[in-house]
Amino acid sequence: MSIVQILFWVLSAMALFSALMVITSKNPVYSVLWLIITFFAISGHYILLNAQFLAVVNIIVYAGAIMVLFLFVIMLMNARQEGPTGSKRWITLAGTVSGGIFLLVLVAALKDSELKARTAMVMDGQIGLIKVLGNELFTRYVVPFEISSILFLSAMVGAVVIGKKD
Amino acid sequence: MPINYYLFLSLALFTIGMVGVLTRRNAIIIFMCIELMLNAVNLLLVAFSKMHYQAAFEAGQVAGQAGVDGQLFVFFIMVVAAAEVSVGLAIIVMMYRNVHSVDINFLNRLKH
Repeated sequence: MSIVQILFWVLSAMALFSALMVITSKNPVYSVLWLIITFFAISGHYILLNAQFLAVVNIIVYAGAIMVLFLFVIMLMNARQEGPTGSKRWITLAGTVSGGIFLLVLVAALKDSELKARTAMVMDGQIGLIKVLGNELFTRYVVPFEISSILFLSAMVGAVVIGKKD
Repeated sequence: MPINYYLFLSLALFTIGMVGVLTRRNAIIIFMCIELMLNAVNLLLVAFSKMHYQAAFEAGQVAGQAGVDGQLFVFFIMVVAAAEVSVGLAIIVMMYRNVHSVDINFLNRLKH
């Protein structure tokens, strides 16, 4: 077993376990912290795939900004517990069963696909580096990039307008 | 690594997020599960981008730009997710101000 495989399995187990803890924790603050661990594991996968720019952006944007926003909101409203109407047992059961069926169908459909022989290049390759991505972003993808700035502006205005105390 | 491993890992993460959306009643946790699903898709996009890069590499092309689009799409998904979070959390704060709870069972009447 090479070092790449060991890293892959460790990161996968970490991502799956912490993702499970996100949906099973009773306290929303713990859910946020487990989700941050999930994001770190996914960033580890990006580094393993040599997508270094996305790994760093994932940590900065998700673990750094978005999760802090979640923590702020949770602490702002002091919503520690799930309200008086907690999850009903049959809803939990039905959700888990339907999720399991979804997974089963997709795995059965995809396990013998033509992708089986393909591999993803790990620990090598240039396209994940910031030089290549930045070059593409500011030449071929410059219009979507500018449009996304408008999206951010409108999201900011929307958040201020919605959150305004009237 | 075989692409199948990444495929099934992403599927498992996506399914966990989906089960969370279906079973939890707390609006914030549902929102976090949506983020988890987005990240599962991002991981698969990066893996596919490296798969195309390797195919181009083995076909003997100049290293070139094969697969770079996938990683840029991941970047744009992150942009959209950040905008979505800001608006969504504003809506959740608004909802808490009105019904003093983030339990989505209180929203089943669409009034008050």
